Amino acid sequence: MQKSHATEFVTGAFVLFGFASLFFLVTQITNKDFSVMGSGGYSLVAKFENVGSLKVGAPVSMSGVNVGRVESIVYDQNIYKAVVHMHINPQFDKIPNDSDAAIMTAGLLGGQYISVSAGGSEQYFKNGDKFVGVQQDAIVLENLINKFMANMAGKSSGESSSKSDK
Amino acid sequence: MHKILRDVGNAVAKFGAVTLFFARVLMQIPRVLLRPSLVIYQVHNAGALSLVIIMTCGLFVGMVLGLQGYDMLARFGSESALGSGAALALLKELGPVITSLLFAGRAGTALASEIGLMRVTDQLVAMDVMAVDPFRRVVAPRFIGGVIAMPLLTMIFIAVGIFGVQLIGVQQLGVDQGTFWSQMRGSVQVHDVWEGVIKGCVFGVACSLIAVYEGYTAEPTAEGVGRATTRTVVTSAVLTLFLDYIITALML
Repeated sequence: MQKSHATEFVTGAFVLFGFASLFFLVTQITNKDFSVMGSGGYSLVAKFENVGSLKVGAPVSMSGVNVGRVESIVYDQNIYKAVVHMHINPQFDKIPNDSDAAIMTAGLLGGQYISVSAGGSEQYFKNGDKFVGVQQDAIVLENLINKFMANMAGKSSGESSSKSDK
Repeated sequence: MHKILRDVGNAVAKFGAVTLFFARVLMQIPRVLLRPSLVIYQVHNAGALSLVIIMTCGLFVGMVLGLQGYDMLARFGSESALGSGAALALLKELGPVITSLLFAGRAGTALASEIGLMRVTDQLVAMDVMAVDPFRRVVAPRFIGGVIAMPLLTMIFIAVGIFGVQLIGVQQLGVDQGTFWSQMRGSVQVHDVWEGVIKGCVFGVACSLIAVYEGYTAEPTAEGVGRATTRTVVTSAVLTLFLDYIITALML
């Protein structure tokens, strides 16, 4: 009887362990966020013409250091812009409220992230504040190529570049 | 020419035999579930006793993935993609397939040789004589035990593997912890996890079925049991990789 009890215990522990692993996989490594964000902190809002392939959960960094996460990305059809909500960790509570936000790409294949560069204001961001400084969009390769081609065409045909820009 | 025809005929006949065997096992399942202690004992045999080897291998596979992935991604300056790349590789391919191969080697051979030895020592015949259906008493519980254990082992393998990747990538090679996890969360979807679970279940059915079939139909000699064990491993491995392709093609 003792032996059979031990068997049942080990089996039960094994099955529970298996389900715990499944739970870990579903909650911790997928984008189904349950309680990953630290409690506290505050959220900021920025508006972009184009967010490229920025994803929810992407890092928000200052000088390359991670200070928060992208919480949500929605399209506001009243102003025709993408509105990005970010969650900033509580210890970074001295970000000047005229700081700039830009969408950058980490490495050649890396994901996109929001880079915040500090402004010079004495006032700091509070919960729910909007970015008022420069908000630089994601760089889309096709746009770059289009501009480049337009410039090249403008130069080769001898027209002024201001015309060919249109 | 005749020989080829006969070989093809034999192969088809064997396939049919396995299918009929599968149907017989399936018919016993409701009755077996009424006596869960037999199944629990087999989950213990196939699953809990394989835990150590699965976790050790998972850790090493994860660590190798961390090293190799880092080295490769560093050439493009995108070490930050290590988390998502390794997690997807483990979830979708490496986890289920390697677990299945290990399962065939650890649990499949044990099942086949155990049932084969019962055949050699006439225990199966004795059960028949005592009006105990060996399918219900011996084959079906082992099959169900394997089917339950395999997906759980797969999940454990993947979780330990990700821990291994994290150990090498983050702790040793210095990928940023936040980037590692956020990139992973950003690119892994719940359906990727299900793909791993489904593969684990299908491989569990395939490997357990092969093991009990080969054991049950083993020639009642010492040599026959040895051959049955070998065939279990070989067939399970080939079937795993074949099914892996099919499921991947279906689920992409």
